[in-house]
Amino acid sequence: MSIIVNHVNYIYEEDTAMAHPALIDINLQIPEGQFIGLIGHTGSGKSTLIQHLNGLIKPTSGEIFYNNQDINEPGYNKKVLRSQVGLVFQYPEHQLFETDCFKDVCFGPKNMGLPKKEVELRAYTALKQVGFEDEYFYQSPFDLSGGQKRRVAIAGVLAMKPEVLILDEPTAGLDPKGREDILRLISDLHAKMRITVILVSHSMEDVADYVDRIIVMNKGRVAFDAPPKEVFAHYRELEEMELAAPQVTYCMQDLAAAGFDVDTSVTTLEEAKKEILKAFGKC
Amino acid sequence: MKEMISTDKLVFEYIRRDEEGNVEGITRAVDEVDLRVKQGQFIAILGHNGSGKSTLAKHFNALLFPTEGEVYIDGMLTDKEENLWEIRQEAGMVFQNPDNQIIGQVVEEDVGFGPENMGVPTEEIWERVDESLKAVRMDKFRKSSPNHLSGGQKQRVSIAGVIAMHPKCIIMDEPTAMLDPNGRREVIRAARALNQVEGITVILITHYMEEVVDADRVFVMDKGRIVMEGTPRQVFSQVEKLKELRLGVPQVTMLAYELRKSGLPIPDPILSRKELVEALKACR
Repeated sequence: MSIIVNHVNYIYEEDTAMAHPALIDINLQIPEGQFIGLIGHTGSGKSTLIQHLNGLIKPTSGEIFYNNQDINEPGYNKKVLRSQVGLVFQYPEHQLFETDCFKDVCFGPKNMGLPKKEVELRAYTALKQVGFEDEYFYQSPFDLSGGQKRRVAIAGVLAMKPEVLILDEPTAGLDPKGREDILRLISDLHAKMRITVILVSHSMEDVADYVDRIIVMNKGRVAFDAPPKEVFAHYRELEEMELAAPQVTYCMQDLAAAGFDVDTSVTTLEEAKKEILKAFGKC
Repeated sequence: MKEMISTDKLVFEYIRRDEEGNVEGITRAVDEVDLRVKQGQFIAILGHNGSGKSTLAKHFNALLFPTEGEVYIDGMLTDKEENLWEIRQEAGMVFQNPDNQIIGQVVEEDVGFGPENMGVPTEEIWERVDESLKAVRMDKFRKSSPNHLSGGQKQRVSIAGVIAMHPKCIIMDEPTAMLDPNGRREVIRAARALNQVEGITVILITHYMEEVVDADRVFVMDKGRIVMEGTPRQVFSQVEKLKELRLGVPQVTMLAYELRKSGLPIPDPILSRKELVEALKACR
Protein backbone atom coordinates (compact mmCIF):
# COMPACT_ATOMS: atom_id res chain seq x y z
CA MET A 1 0.00 0.00 0.00
CA SER A 2 1.70 3.16 -1.07
CA ILE A 3 1.56 6.24 -3.21
CA ILE A 4 3.99 6.77 -6.06
CA VAL A 5 4.21 10.10 -7.83
CA ASN A 6 6.01 9.65 -11.12
CA HIS A 7 7.30 12.63 -13.15
CA VAL A 8 4.23 14.72 -12.41
CA ASN A 9 3.91 18.14 -14.02
CA TYR A 10 0.99 20.45 -13.60
CA ILE A 11 0.43 23.65 -15.53
CA TYR A 12 -2.23 26.14 -14.43
CA GLU A 13 -4.38 27.63 -17.19
CA GLU A 14 -2.59 25.67 -19.88
CA ASP A 15 -3.04 26.96 -23.43
CA THR A 16 -3.69 30.52 -22.24
CA ALA A 17 -1.40 33.52 -21.94
CA MET A 18 -1.59 33.05 -18.15
CA ALA A 19 -0.12 29.53 -18.23
CA HIS A 20 2.37 28.89 -15.46
CA PRO A 21 3.77 25.69 -14.02
CA ALA A 22 2.64 24.80 -10.51
CA LEU A 23 4.37 21.42 -10.28
CA ILE A 24 7.55 20.55 -12.12
CA ASP A 25 8.73 16.95 -12.43
CA ILE A 26 7.64 15.68 -9.03
CA ASN A 27 8.84 12.20 -8.07
CA LEU A 28 7.90 10.79 -4.69
CA GLN A 29 7.35 7.47 -2.97
CA ILE A 30 5.15 7.41 0.06
CA PRO A 31 5.20 4.00 1.73
CA GLU A 32 2.53 2.88 4.14
CA GLY A 33 2.63 4.15 7.70
CA GLN A 34 4.93 7.14 7.36
CA PHE A 35 4.33 10.48 9.08
CA ILE A 36 5.36 13.12 6.57
CA GLY A 37 5.60 16.89 6.89
CA LEU A 38 5.09 18.89 3.71
CA ILE A 39 6.46 22.42 3.92
CA GLY A 40 7.01 25.25 1.45
CA HIS A 41 6.30 28.96 1.03
CA THR A 42 2.83 30.15 -0.04
CA GLY A 43 2.48 29.35 -3.72
CA SER A 44 5.18 26.65 -3.68
CA GLY A 45 2.78 23.98 -4.92
CA LYS A 46 1.97 22.12 -1.67
CA SER A 47 -1.78 22.34 -1.99
CA THR A 48 -1.70 21.55 -5.71
CA LEU A 49 0.38 18.46 -4.94
CA ILE A 50 -1.92 17.08 -2.27
CA GLN A 51 -4.96 17.60 -4.47
CA HIS A 52 -3.28 15.33 -7.00
CA LEU A 53 -2.95 12.56 -4.45
CA ASN A 54 -6.67 11.93 -4.16
CA GLY A 55 -7.49 12.72 -7.74
CA LEU A 56 -9.03 16.17 -7.33
CA ILE A 57 -6.59 17.51 -9.91
CA LYS A 58 -5.28 15.57 -12.88
CA PRO A 59 -1.61 16.04 -13.75
CA THR A 60 -0.76 17.73 -17.05
CA SER A 61 1.74 14.91 -17.52
CA GLY A 62 3.07 12.05 -15.39
CA GLU A 63 1.27 9.46 -13.27
CA ILE A 64 0.13 8.91 -9.73
CA PHE A 65 -0.12 5.34 -8.51
CA TYR A 66 -2.10 4.30 -5.47
CA ASN A 67 -1.54 0.67 -4.50
CA ASN A 68 0.10 0.07 -7.87
CA GLN A 69 -2.83 1.41 -9.88
CA ASP A 70 -2.72 4.56 -11.97
CA ILE A 71 -5.47 6.70 -10.47
CA ASN A 72 -6.00 8.67 -13.66
CA GLU A 73 -6.60 5.64 -15.90
CA PRO A 74 -10.08 5.61 -17.39
CA GLY A 75 -12.37 3.46 -15.28
CA TYR A 76 -10.40 3.88 -12.04
CA ASN A 77 -12.83 4.29 -9.16
CA LYS A 78 -12.04 7.74 -7.76
CA LYS A 79 -14.87 7.63 -5.29
CA VAL A 80 -13.22 4.73 -3.49
CA LEU A 81 -9.84 6.47 -3.78
CA ARG A 82 -11.22 9.54 -2.03
CA SER A 83 -12.43 7.50 0.90
CA GLN A 84 -9.03 5.81 1.17
CA VAL A 85 -6.98 8.97 0.77
CA GLY A 86 -8.77 11.40 3.05
CA LEU A 87 -8.09 15.09 2.63
CA VAL A 88 -8.74 17.61 5.40
CA PHE A 89 -8.70 21.06 3.84
CA GLN A 90 -7.52 24.30 5.38
CA TYR A 91 -10.10 25.70 7.79
CA PRO A 92 -12.18 22.52 7.47
CA GLU A 93 -14.70 23.88 9.95
CA HIS A 94 -16.04 26.06 7.14
CA GLN A 95 -17.30 22.87 5.54
CA LEU A 96 -19.41 21.77 8.48
CA PHE A 97 -23.03 22.15 7.50
CA GLU A 98 -25.29 19.72 9.34
CA THR A 99 -27.58 20.55 12.26
CA ASP A 100 -25.58 18.43 14.69
CA CYS A 101 -22.06 17.05 14.92
CA PHE A 102 -23.09 13.41 14.63
CA LYS A 103 -24.99 13.96 11.37
CA ASP A 104 -22.10 15.92 9.96
CA VAL A 105 -19.69 13.06 10.55
CA CYS A 106 -22.21 10.60 9.04
CA PHE A 107 -22.15 12.47 5.74
CA GLY A 108 -18.97 10.84 4.37
CA PRO A 109 -19.75 7.19 5.08
CA LYS A 110 -23.39 7.73 4.04
CA ASN A 111 -22.15 8.94 0.67
CA MET A 112 -20.09 5.78 0.36
CA GLY A 113 -23.39 3.90 0.26
CA LEU A 114 -22.89 2.02 3.51
CA PRO A 115 -25.86 0.66 5.48
CA LYS A 116 -27.26 3.01 8.13
CA LYS A 117 -25.98 0.94 11.06
CA GLU A 118 -22.45 0.88 9.71
CA VAL A 119 -22.60 4.63 8.98
CA GLU A 120 -23.60 5.40 12.54
CA LEU A 121 -21.08 3.03 14.03
CA ARG A 122 -18.32 4.64 12.01
CA ALA A 123 -19.42 8.16 12.94
CA TYR A 124 -19.50 7.17 16.60
CA THR A 125 -16.05 5.59 16.43
CA ALA A 126 -14.58 8.55 14.55
CA LEU A 127 -15.91 11.08 17.03
CA LYS A 128 -14.49 8.97 19.85
CA GLN A 129 -11.14 8.77 18.07
CA VAL A 130 -10.86 12.55 17.99
CA GLY A 131 -11.65 12.68 21.70
CA PHE A 132 -15.17 14.06 21.40
CA GLU A 133 -17.42 13.73 24.45
CA ASP A 134 -20.84 12.07 24.05
CA GLU A 135 -22.65 15.11 25.43
CA TYR A 136 -21.60 17.22 22.42
CA PHE A 137 -22.69 14.70 19.77
CA TYR A 138 -26.05 16.31 19.16
CA GLN A 139 -24.95 19.89 19.51
CA SER A 140 -24.81 22.18 16.52
CA PRO A 141 -21.23 22.23 15.19
CA PHE A 142 -21.49 26.01 14.99
CA ASP A 143 -21.67 26.39 18.77
CA LEU A 144 -18.28 24.74 19.32
CA SER A 145 -14.86 26.34 19.80
CA GLY A 146 -12.41 26.54 16.89
CA GLY A 147 -10.41 23.50 17.99
CA GLN A 148 -13.55 21.43 18.61
CA LYS A 149 -14.98 22.27 15.18
CA ARG A 150 -11.75 21.17 13.61
CA ARG A 151 -11.99 17.85 15.47
CA VAL A 152 -15.45 17.26 14.07
CA ALA A 153 -14.18 18.01 10.56
CA ILE A 154 -11.31 15.55 11.01
CA ALA A 155 -13.74 12.94 12.37
CA GLY A 156 -15.78 13.40 9.19
CA VAL A 157 -12.80 12.22 7.17
CA LEU A 158 -11.81 9.46 9.63
CA ALA A 159 -15.31 7.99 9.41
CA MET A 160 -14.49 6.97 5.86
CA LYS A 161 -11.66 4.84 7.32
CA PRO A 162 -8.90 6.28 5.18
CA GLU A 163 -5.53 4.58 4.79
CA VAL A 164 -3.88 7.90 4.12
CA LEU A 165 -4.79 11.11 5.91
CA ILE A 166 -3.69 14.41 4.38
CA LEU A 167 -4.15 17.58 6.42
CA ASP A 168 -3.64 21.04 4.96
CA GLU A 169 -2.48 23.32 7.79
CA PRO A 170 -4.72 21.76 10.42
CA THR A 171 -3.50 24.13 13.14
CA ALA A 172 -3.83 27.49 11.33
CA GLY A 173 -5.57 30.07 13.51
CA LEU A 174 -5.63 27.92 16.66
CA ASP A 175 -4.18 29.01 20.00
CA PRO A 176 -1.01 27.24 21.22
CA LYS A 177 -2.90 24.67 23.31
CA GLY A 178 -5.33 24.02 20.45
CA ARG A 179 -2.38 23.51 18.11
CA GLU A 180 -0.74 21.04 20.46
CA ASP A 181 -4.00 19.12 21.00
CA ILE A 182 -4.63 18.69 17.28
CA LEU A 183 -1.04 17.63 16.59
CA ARG A 184 -1.13 15.12 19.46
CA LEU A 185 -4.38 13.74 18.09
CA ILE A 186 -2.90 13.30 14.62
CA SER A 187 0.22 11.72 16.06
CA ASP A 188 -1.92 9.29 18.10
CA LEU A 189 -3.99 8.34 15.05
CA HIS A 190 -0.79 7.64 13.20
CA ALA A 191 0.67 5.55 16.01
CA LYS A 192 -2.45 3.57 16.93
CA MET A 193 -4.16 3.05 13.60
CA ARG A 194 -1.05 2.96 11.43
CA ILE A 195 -2.54 5.59 9.11
CA THR A 196 -0.11 7.26 6.72
CA VAL A 197 -0.17 10.96 7.51
CA ILE A 198 0.85 13.89 5.34
CA LEU A 199 0.86 17.11 7.32
CA VAL A 200 1.09 20.42 5.47
CA SER A 201 2.36 23.08 7.84
CA HIS A 202 3.89 26.54 8.08
CA SER A 203 5.20 25.86 11.56
CA MET A 204 8.71 24.46 11.45
CA GLU A 205 8.61 23.70 15.18
CA ASP A 206 5.49 21.56 14.79
CA VAL A 207 6.93 19.65 11.87
CA ALA A 208 10.22 19.05 13.68
CA ASP A 209 8.43 17.71 16.75
CA TYR A 210 6.19 15.18 15.06
CA VAL A 211 7.19 13.86 11.62
CA ASP A 212 9.69 11.22 10.41
CA ARG A 213 10.26 12.76 7.03
CA ILE A 214 10.01 16.25 5.54
CA ILE A 215 9.28 17.09 1.94
CA VAL A 216 10.17 20.68 1.08
CA MET A 217 8.51 22.27 -1.94
CA ASN A 218 10.01 25.32 -3.62
CA LYS A 219 8.65 26.96 -6.76
CA GLY A 220 6.87 23.82 -7.87
CA ARG A 221 9.78 21.44 -7.29
CA VAL A 222 10.78 19.12 -4.47
CA ALA A 223 13.79 20.87 -2.92
CA PHE A 224 14.50 18.45 -0.07
CA ASP A 225 13.11 15.09 0.97
CA ALA A 226 14.76 13.74 4.11
CA PRO A 227 14.39 13.28 7.89
CA PRO A 228 13.92 16.56 9.84
CA LYS A 229 17.54 16.73 11.05
CA GLU A 230 18.94 16.56 7.54
CA VAL A 231 16.43 19.03 6.14
CA PHE A 232 16.92 21.64 8.86
CA ALA A 233 20.70 21.37 8.52
CA HIS A 234 20.09 23.28 5.27
CA TYR A 235 18.61 26.20 7.18
CA ARG A 236 20.32 28.81 5.01
CA GLU A 237 18.83 27.35 1.84
CA LEU A 238 15.48 27.06 3.62
CA GLU A 239 15.61 30.76 4.41
CA GLU A 240 16.14 31.52 0.74
CA MET A 241 12.97 29.50 0.12
CA GLU A 242 11.07 31.79 2.53
CA LEU A 243 11.19 29.10 5.22
CA ALA A 244 13.26 28.67 8.35
CA ALA A 245 14.47 26.13 10.87
CA PRO A 246 12.94 25.72 14.34
CA GLN A 247 14.05 28.37 16.83
CA VAL A 248 16.05 25.81 18.86
CA THR A 249 18.13 24.88 15.82
CA TYR A 250 19.22 28.51 15.55
CA CYS A 251 19.95 28.54 19.28
CA MET A 252 22.30 25.61 18.86
CA GLN A 253 24.03 27.31 15.94
CA ASP A 254 24.54 30.42 18.07
CA LEU A 255 25.85 28.37 20.96
CA ALA A 256 28.28 26.46 18.74
CA ALA A 257 29.49 29.80 17.34
CA ALA A 258 30.04 31.02 20.88
CA GLY A 259 32.34 28.07 21.52
CA PHE A 260 29.99 25.60 23.20
CA ASP A 261 30.46 21.94 22.34
CA VAL A 262 26.91 21.19 21.16
CA ASP A 263 25.39 19.28 18.26
CA THR A 264 23.91 21.81 15.84
CA SER A 265 21.58 19.34 14.12
CA VAL A 266 19.11 19.53 16.99
CA THR A 267 15.51 20.26 15.95
CA THR A 268 13.39 19.76 19.07
CA LEU A 269 13.26 21.37 22.48
CA GLU A 270 13.87 18.07 24.25
CA GLU A 271 17.05 17.38 22.25
CA ALA A 272 18.29 20.93 22.74
CA LYS A 273 17.86 20.64 26.48
CA LYS A 274 19.81 17.37 26.58
CA GLU A 275 22.62 18.75 24.41
CA ILE A 276 23.07 21.86 26.53
CA LEU A 277 22.95 19.93 29.80
CA LYS A 278 25.51 17.52 28.36
CA ALA A 279 27.80 20.42 27.45
CA PHE A 280 27.60 21.50 31.09
CA GLY A 281 28.32 17.96 32.25
CA LYS A 282 24.90 17.69 33.88
CA CYS A 283 23.76 14.52 32.24
CA MET B 1 1.67 61.08 26.45
CA LYS B 2 -1.80 61.23 25.01
CA GLU B 3 -4.08 58.25 25.23
CA MET B 4 -4.87 56.60 21.91
CA ILE B 5 -7.34 54.07 23.21
CA SER B 6 -9.06 53.88 26.51
CA THR B 7 -11.93 51.68 27.58
CA ASP B 8 -13.93 52.08 30.71
CA LYS B 9 -15.66 48.98 32.09
CA LEU B 10 -16.31 47.80 28.55
CA VAL B 11 -18.86 44.98 28.31
CA PHE B 12 -20.03 43.34 25.13
CA GLU B 13 -22.75 40.70 25.01
CA TYR B 14 -23.74 38.55 22.07
CA ILE B 15 -27.40 37.70 22.11
CA ARG B 16 -28.14 34.26 20.69
CA ARG B 17 -31.58 33.85 19.17
CA ASP B 18 -33.48 30.77 17.97
CA GLU B 19 -35.21 30.52 14.58
CA GLU B 20 -38.23 32.55 15.73
CA GLY B 21 -36.00 35.32 17.01
CA ASN B 22 -36.55 34.57 20.70
CA VAL B 23 -33.57 35.12 22.94
CA GLU B 24 -31.91 31.77 23.69
CA GLY B 25 -29.06 33.01 25.73
CA ILE B 26 -26.54 35.74 26.24
CA THR B 27 -22.79 35.33 25.93
CA ARG B 28 -20.59 37.92 27.56
CA ALA B 29 -17.66 38.13 25.15
CA VAL B 30 -15.98 41.12 26.76
CA ASP B 31 -16.36 41.53 30.49
CA GLU B 32 -15.58 44.85 32.19
CA VAL B 33 -12.36 45.60 30.40
CA ASP B 34 -10.38 48.68 31.43
CA LEU B 35 -7.52 49.24 29.06
CA ARG B 36 -5.28 52.18 28.27
CA VAL B 37 -3.04 52.46 25.25
CA LYS B 38 -0.80 55.50 24.90
CA GLN B 39 -0.05 57.07 21.58
CA GLY B 40 2.96 55.51 19.86
CA GLN B 41 2.92 52.26 21.83
CA PHE B 42 3.27 48.78 20.37
CA ILE B 43 0.72 46.63 22.15
CA ALA B 44 0.11 42.91 21.89
CA ILE B 45 -3.05 41.09 22.90
CA LEU B 46 -2.84 37.36 23.57
CA GLY B 47 -5.56 34.91 24.47
CA HIS B 48 -6.93 31.52 23.45
CA ASN B 49 -9.60 31.04 20.78
CA GLY B 50 -12.82 32.48 22.12
CA SER B 51 -11.19 34.59 24.85
CA GLY B 52 -12.65 37.81 23.45
CA LYS B 53 -9.60 39.37 21.74
CA SER B 54 -11.20 40.00 18.37
CA THR B 55 -14.45 41.22 19.88
CA LEU B 56 -12.47 43.68 21.96
CA ALA B 57 -10.41 44.80 18.95
CA LYS B 58 -13.52 45.46 16.88
CA HIS B 59 -14.49 48.10 19.42
CA PHE B 60 -11.30 50.02 18.64
CA ASN B 61 -12.51 51.18 15.26
CA ALA B 62 -16.19 51.21 16.05
CA LEU B 63 -17.17 48.03 14.22
CA LEU B 64 -18.84 46.99 17.46
CA PHE B 65 -20.31 49.15 20.18
CA PRO B 66 -20.24 48.39 23.89
CA THR B 67 -23.28 46.84 25.56
CA GLU B 68 -22.13 48.63 28.72
CA GLY B 69 -19.23 50.97 29.41
CA GLU B 70 -17.36 53.29 27.09
CA VAL B 71 -14.62 53.27 24.51
CA TYR B 72 -12.61 56.37 23.61
CA ILE B 73 -10.40 56.52 20.55
CA ASP B 74 -8.09 59.51 20.60
CA GLY B 75 -10.50 61.12 23.03
CA MET B 76 -13.58 60.47 20.87
CA LEU B 77 -16.44 58.40 22.22
CA THR B 78 -17.21 55.57 19.74
CA ASP B 79 -20.91 55.55 20.58
CA LYS B 80 -21.46 58.96 18.99
CA GLU B 81 -22.34 58.70 15.35
CA GLU B 82 -20.71 62.00 14.41
CA ASN B 83 -17.36 60.54 15.50
CA LEU B 84 -17.59 57.40 13.34
CA TRP B 85 -15.84 58.65 10.22
CA GLU B 86 -12.96 60.15 12.08
CA ILE B 87 -12.51 57.12 14.31
CA ARG B 88 -12.43 54.72 11.40
CA GLN B 89 -9.92 56.90 9.62
CA GLU B 90 -7.71 57.24 12.68
CA ALA B 91 -7.86 53.59 13.68
CA GLY B 92 -7.41 51.19 10.76
CA MET B 93 -7.86 47.47 10.91
CA VAL B 94 -6.03 44.56 9.24
CA PHE B 95 -7.61 41.11 9.37
CA GLN B 96 -6.39 37.51 9.20
CA ASN B 97 -7.10 36.57 5.61
CA PRO B 98 -5.44 38.86 3.05
CA ASP B 99 -7.67 37.53 0.28
CA ASN B 100 -10.77 38.95 1.94
CA GLN B 101 -9.37 42.46 2.19
CA ILE B 102 -7.95 43.19 -1.23
CA ILE B 103 -10.38 44.60 -3.74
CA GLY B 104 -8.26 46.34 -6.39
CA GLN B 105 -7.14 44.77 -9.66
CA VAL B 106 -3.76 46.48 -9.32
CA VAL B 107 -1.83 47.00 -6.09
CA GLU B 108 -1.76 50.82 -6.33
CA GLU B 109 -5.49 50.93 -6.94
CA ASP B 110 -6.14 48.86 -3.84
CA VAL B 111 -3.97 51.07 -1.66
CA GLY B 112 -5.63 54.21 -3.07
CA PHE B 113 -9.13 52.99 -2.25
CA GLY B 114 -9.15 54.28 1.33
CA PRO B 115 -7.96 57.86 0.67
CA GLU B 116 -10.18 58.08 -2.40
CA ASN B 117 -13.18 57.22 -0.23
CA MET B 118 -12.15 59.92 2.18
CA GLY B 119 -12.25 62.49 -0.62
CA VAL B 120 -8.52 63.15 -0.75
CA PRO B 121 -7.53 65.06 -3.93
CA THR B 122 -6.20 62.81 -6.71
CA GLU B 123 -2.63 64.08 -6.65
CA GLU B 124 -2.36 63.55 -2.94
CA ILE B 125 -3.81 60.05 -3.27
CA TRP B 126 -0.88 59.07 -5.48
CA GLU B 127 1.58 60.59 -3.03
CA ARG B 128 0.01 58.62 -0.23
CA VAL B 129 0.02 55.41 -2.26
CA ASP B 130 3.71 55.97 -2.93
CA GLU B 131 4.75 56.55 0.65
CA SER B 132 2.52 53.76 2.03
CA LEU B 133 3.92 51.15 -0.35
CA LYS B 134 7.44 52.30 0.51
CA ALA B 135 6.70 52.02 4.23
CA VAL B 136 5.88 48.30 3.84
CA ARG B 137 8.58 47.80 1.19
CA MET B 138 6.13 46.91 -1.55
CA ASP B 139 6.79 49.84 -3.92
CA LYS B 140 8.32 47.46 -6.48
CA PHE B 141 4.95 45.77 -6.86
CA ARG B 142 2.96 48.95 -7.42
CA LYS B 143 1.68 47.90 -10.83
CA SER B 144 1.29 44.17 -10.05
CA SER B 145 -1.94 42.28 -9.75
CA PRO B 146 -2.58 41.32 -6.10
CA ASN B 147 -3.48 37.80 -7.26
CA HIS B 148 0.13 37.11 -8.08
CA LEU B 149 1.54 38.07 -4.71
CA SER B 150 2.49 35.76 -1.85
CA GLY B 151 0.46 35.78 1.36
CA GLY B 152 2.94 38.01 3.19
CA GLN B 153 3.05 40.45 0.30
CA LYS B 154 -0.73 40.62 0.11
CA GLN B 155 -0.90 41.25 3.83
CA ARG B 156 1.59 44.10 3.46
CA VAL B 157 -0.57 45.59 0.70
CA SER B 158 -3.51 45.46 3.13
CA ILE B 159 -1.39 47.29 5.67
CA ALA B 160 -0.36 49.89 3.07
CA GLY B 161 -4.05 50.41 2.32
CA VAL B 162 -4.57 51.31 5.95
CA ILE B 163 -1.49 53.54 6.15
CA ALA B 164 -2.66 55.51 3.11
CA MET B 165 -5.54 56.75 5.25
CA HIS B 166 -2.96 58.30 7.60
CA PRO B 167 -4.20 56.56 10.71
CA LYS B 168 -2.82 57.19 14.16
CA CYS B 169 -3.39 53.58 15.09
CA ILE B 170 -3.43 50.20 13.35
CA ILE B 171 -5.19 47.18 14.81
CA MET B 172 -3.98 43.86 13.41
CA ASP B 173 -6.11 40.83 14.16
CA GLU B 174 -3.93 37.74 13.63
CA PRO B 175 -2.32 39.18 10.49
CA THR B 176 0.18 36.30 10.29
CA ALA B 177 -2.05 33.28 10.95
CA MET B 178 -2.11 32.18 7.33
CA LEU B 179 1.47 33.03 6.35
CA ASP B 180 4.69 31.08 5.87
CA PRO B 181 7.66 31.86 8.16
CA ASN B 182 9.07 34.51 5.85
CA GLY B 183 5.68 36.13 5.31
CA ARG B 184 5.27 36.30 9.07
CA ARG B 185 8.66 37.97 9.47
CA GLU B 186 7.90 40.53 6.74
CA VAL B 187 4.57 41.52 8.26
CA ILE B 188 5.95 41.85 11.78
CA ARG B 189 8.91 43.85 10.46
CA ALA B 190 6.52 46.18 8.63
CA ALA B 191 4.45 46.62 11.80
CA ARG B 192 7.54 47.47 13.85
CA ALA B 193 8.77 49.96 11.25
CA LEU B 194 5.43 51.76 11.23
CA ASN B 195 5.54 52.00 14.96
CA GLN B 196 9.14 53.18 15.24
CA VAL B 197 9.53 55.32 12.14
CA GLU B 198 6.04 56.76 11.70
CA GLY B 199 5.08 56.67 15.35
CA ILE B 200 1.82 54.84 14.61
CA THR B 201 0.25 53.04 17.55
CA VAL B 202 0.06 49.31 16.82
CA ILE B 203 -2.25 46.77 18.43
CA LEU B 204 -1.20 43.26 17.44
CA ILE B 205 -3.39 40.25 18.16
CA THR B 206 -1.59 36.97 17.64
CA HIS B 207 -1.22 33.31 18.59
CA TYR B 208 2.51 33.34 17.86
CA MET B 209 4.36 34.12 21.07
CA GLU B 210 7.65 35.00 19.29
CA GLU B 211 5.96 37.97 17.63
CA VAL B 212 5.26 39.57 20.96
CA VAL B 213 8.72 39.77 22.57
CA ASP B 214 9.43 43.30 21.28
CA ALA B 215 6.07 44.80 22.25
CA ASP B 216 5.95 47.62 24.78
CA ARG B 217 3.10 45.99 26.61
CA VAL B 218 1.22 42.69 26.52
CA PHE B 219 -2.35 42.07 27.56
CA VAL B 220 -3.58 38.51 28.06
CA MET B 221 -7.29 37.79 27.84
CA ASP B 222 -9.37 34.93 29.19
CA LYS B 223 -13.16 34.67 29.32
CA GLY B 224 -13.55 38.26 28.15
CA ARG B 225 -11.37 39.71 30.88
CA ILE B 226 -7.80 40.94 30.95
CA VAL B 227 -6.07 38.48 33.26
CA MET B 228 -2.43 39.42 32.79
CA GLU B 229 -0.78 42.67 31.81
CA GLY B 230 2.80 43.83 31.63
CA THR B 231 5.98 43.95 29.60
CA PRO B 232 6.79 40.82 27.59
CA ARG B 233 9.43 40.05 30.21
CA GLN B 234 6.90 40.16 33.02
CA VAL B 235 4.32 38.12 31.13
CA PHE B 236 6.65 35.46 29.74
CA SER B 237 8.17 34.78 33.14
CA GLN B 238 4.89 33.09 34.10
CA VAL B 239 5.18 29.95 31.98
CA GLU B 240 2.80 27.82 34.05
CA LYS B 241 0.10 30.45 34.17
CA LEU B 242 0.27 31.00 30.40
CA LYS B 243 -0.04 27.26 29.86
CA GLU B 244 -3.17 27.20 31.99
CA LEU B 245 -4.56 29.91 29.73
CA ARG B 246 -3.95 27.65 26.69
CA LEU B 247 -1.02 29.80 25.63
CA GLY B 248 2.72 29.31 25.64
CA VAL B 249 6.02 31.14 25.45
CA PRO B 250 8.54 31.45 22.59
CA GLN B 251 10.52 28.25 22.05
CA VAL B 252 13.76 29.83 23.28
CA THR B 253 12.02 31.01 26.47
CA MET B 254 10.70 27.48 27.01
CA LEU B 255 14.17 26.02 26.49
CA ALA B 256 15.66 28.41 29.06
CA TYR B 257 12.81 27.57 31.45
CA GLU B 258 13.52 23.83 31.11
CA LEU B 259 17.27 24.37 31.59
CA ARG B 260 16.60 26.40 34.71
CA LYS B 261 14.44 23.60 36.09
CA SER B 262 17.35 21.23 35.45
CA GLY B 263 19.60 23.36 37.62
CA LEU B 264 21.39 25.82 35.33
CA PRO B 265 21.41 29.31 36.87
CA ILE B 266 19.77 31.21 33.99
CA PRO B 267 17.87 34.45 34.62
CA ASP B 268 14.13 34.43 34.16
CA PRO B 269 12.78 34.87 31.50
CA ILE B 270 14.97 34.61 28.39
CA LEU B 271 13.32 36.28 25.40
CA SER B 272 15.85 35.94 22.58
CA ARG B 273 18.56 33.64 21.29
CA LYS B 274 21.13 36.29 22.10
CA GLU B 275 20.03 36.42 25.72
CA LEU B 276 20.25 32.65 25.96
CA VAL B 277 23.80 32.56 24.62
CA GLU B 278 24.88 35.33 27.02
CA ALA B 279 23.20 33.61 29.95
CA LEU B 280 24.86 30.29 29.17
CA LYS B 281 28.25 31.98 28.74
CA ALA B 282 27.84 33.40 32.22
CA CYS B 283 27.20 29.87 33.55
CA ARG B 284 30.48 28.53 32.23
